[in-house]
Amino acid sequence: MEVEQGAVRSSGSLLSSPGWRWPQVRALLFNAFLYLLIVAGGIVFLIPFVWMVSTSLKTLPEIQRIPQPLLPEVIRWDNYYVAWTSLPFTRWFFNTAFITVVNIFGTLLSCSLAAYGFAYTRFRGRNFLFVILLSSMMLPYHVRLIPTFLIFNHLGWINTFLPLTVPAFFGTAFYIFLLRQFFLTLPKELDDAARIDGCNSLNIYWRIVMPLSKPALAAVTAFTFIDSWNDFLGPLIYLRQDSRLTLSLGLRMFLDFQEGTGDLHLMMAASVATLIPILIVFFFAQKHFVEGVTFTGLKG
Amino acid sequence: MTSQPQTAVRPAEKASLFGWWRWRRIEGYLFIAPWLIGFVAFVLGPFLASFFLSFADWNLVRPPTWVGLEHYRTMFTNDPKYIKSFVNTVYFTVFHVPLILVVALFIALLLNRQLPGIGVFRTLFYLPSVTAGVATAILWRFIFNYHYGLLNQAIGLVGIDGPNWLGSTKWAMPAFIIMSTWGFGSLMVLYLAGLQGVPRELYEAAEIDGATAWDKLLNVTIPMMSPVIFFTMIMTIIGSFQIFTAAFVMTEGGPADATLFYILYLYRSAFQWLRIGYASAMAWILFLVILALTLIQLKLSRRWVFYAGEELT
Repeated sequence: MEVEQGAVRSSGSLLSSPGWRWPQVRALLFNAFLYLLIVAGGIVFLIPFVWMVSTSLKTLPEIQRIPQPLLPEVIRWDNYYVAWTSLPFTRWFFNTAFITVVNIFGTLLSCSLAAYGFAYTRFRGRNFLFVILLSSMMLPYHVRLIPTFLIFNHLGWINTFLPLTVPAFFGTAFYIFLLRQFFLTLPKELDDAARIDGCNSLNIYWRIVMPLSKPALAAVTAFTFIDSWNDFLGPLIYLRQDSRLTLSLGLRMFLDFQEGTGDLHLMMAASVATLIPILIVFFFAQKHFVEGVTFTGLKG
Repeated sequence: MTSQPQTAVRPAEKASLFGWWRWRRIEGYLFIAPWLIGFVAFVLGPFLASFFLSFADWNLVRPPTWVGLEHYRTMFTNDPKYIKSFVNTVYFTVFHVPLILVVALFIALLLNRQLPGIGVFRTLFYLPSVTAGVATAILWRFIFNYHYGLLNQAIGLVGIDGPNWLGSTKWAMPAFIIMSTWGFGSLMVLYLAGLQGVPRELYEAAEIDGATAWDKLLNVTIPMMSPVIFFTMIMTIIGSFQIFTAAFVMTEGGPADATLFYILYLYRSAFQWLRIGYASAMAWILFLVILALTLIQLKLSRRWVFYAGEELT
C-alpha cells in the first residue's frame, strides 16, 4: 500500500499519449535518477557486510596486501571452523539462545497480560497507571542500573542467567504499550459475544485476544529476539565465568585474544558467525519488524 | 481517579451476581500485576535508590557513609575525566542526531514510491539497525583500520591519505558519528510508516495550486510528519546519550579519552572501581539532563510540530 506519487502516475500515462511531452520525459528522468540514487545508496550500505564476509574467507596475507583484493582468491571456509573452535563459542551460542528464548517467552506472557489489563478491563486508577507506564519508557535504563545490580548481587544471582531472564517476566513498558495499541483495534463485539457465551476474562484473553493478535505478538518476539541476542551491557555486568558468557561477551573476549596475533580474518569469521542467527530471523520476520513499528504507531 | 471510558453496562454484567461484578473490578489489577510488581521492584525502586546512593560513599566492602552533595561537587569541579565524558557525549549527540534524522528522512522519501524492487532496498537499509552490537562494532573497528581498513582503501583510490581514524584524538569521534549513521534503518521505517499516513488529497490540492515537488515537501510532507520527527528526535537524543557497546569494543574510550562516553565512564566508576555512590550521582545527572532536554523540546515543539486533528496524535 505504497502512496502513489504524482510523478509515477504521469510516467504511467506516457505510453498512451501521442507524443513525448517534456513534463513526462522529465518525470521519467527524475524517476531514473531517484532509482540510481537508491541503488547507489544501497550498495554503499551493503558494502561493509560484503567486505566483512569476504574478509572472513581470506588468508591473513591477503588482508594485509595493499590494494586489498575485493574477493578472496581461494575461499577459506576453514577460518570459520578455526575461529569457532578456538574459544567455547558453541557453549556461548547455547547460553545466548537459552537467555533469548526465555526472554521471549517471559516478555510475551507478561506483556500480553498487562496489555490485556490496560485494554480490556476496568479498574480504579487504570489511566493513571497507564500514564506511569508511558513515562517509565522515557527513564534511562542506566539510572536504575546500579541499584538493580545491587539487588541481584544481594540475591546471589551474579554469574547466573537469572538477572538476564527474570526481569522479562515482569514486562517491558514499550511492548505492553505496543500490544495494548493492537488489542484496542480488535472488534469490541467479540468481547461482548464471548461474555454472553459465558467466557471469563482469562478465557477471552487466551482464546480470543491472543490468537487474533499474532502479528503484534510476532513483532514483540522479533524485537525481543534482537534486543536479547545483541545485549552486551547486561551480560558484561552479570556474567563472569568463561563457560557462562554470551556470544556478544565471548566475541569481545575473542577480540582481546586476537589483538596480539592480529588474526583479523578469524575475527571477522567469528563476527559473521554470531550474526547469522540474526540474519535468519530478520529475513523471515522482517514484515513483523516493520509492522511492529506501525502498531505503536503514529495512531492512538 | 476513576477511569471508565466505556461505562455502558453490558447485558451479561447486568445479569451477573454482585460478587462476580466486584471480581471484574479487581481482576484488572491481576492482569497488570506482573508489570506493576516489576515496575516497583526494578524501575521505581532502583530509580529512587540511586538518588539516595548518590549522596553516599560506598564501595560494597565497607558500609556506606553519607557525604551529601560531595559527589556532585567533585564531578563538576574536580574530575576532568567526567567533564570530558560529558563534552564527548554532547559532541557526539550534536552531530549524530541531526545527521541520522536527515539521512533517515531523505532515504524514506526516496523509498516512498512505487518502483520495482523497492522493498528489497527497504530491507537492505533496515538491516544494519538490527545487527547493531559487538559483531558490527568489531566490523567497524576494522573498517577504520589505518592500513587495511575499507574506508582508507576506498578514499585512497581518489588519492586521499586517510587518517588513523580510531587512533587519532581528532578523528575518533567523527568515526563514531559515521558508524552510527549506518544504523538509520529503524528511523527510516518509522518515517515510511508516517509518510503513508499523509493524506493524498493534500498533495493533489497543492498540485492544483501549482506547487513544485520542493513546495510539497516543505509545506505538506514536513508539517504532516512533524509529530513523528519530533518523537524520533527525542528518542534519538536519549539513545545517543547512552552509547556504550560501540565505544567499549572499538576504542575503550581512547585515544587519550577522546571517545570516553558518559555511560562508559559510568560503567567504569560503578563496576570496575566500585564507586557506587559516585556512579549513582552520574546516573542522576544523566537523568536530569535527559529530562531537561525533553522538556525544552516539548516547549519548543509547539512552534513547529503540527498535529492534524485526529489524524496523527
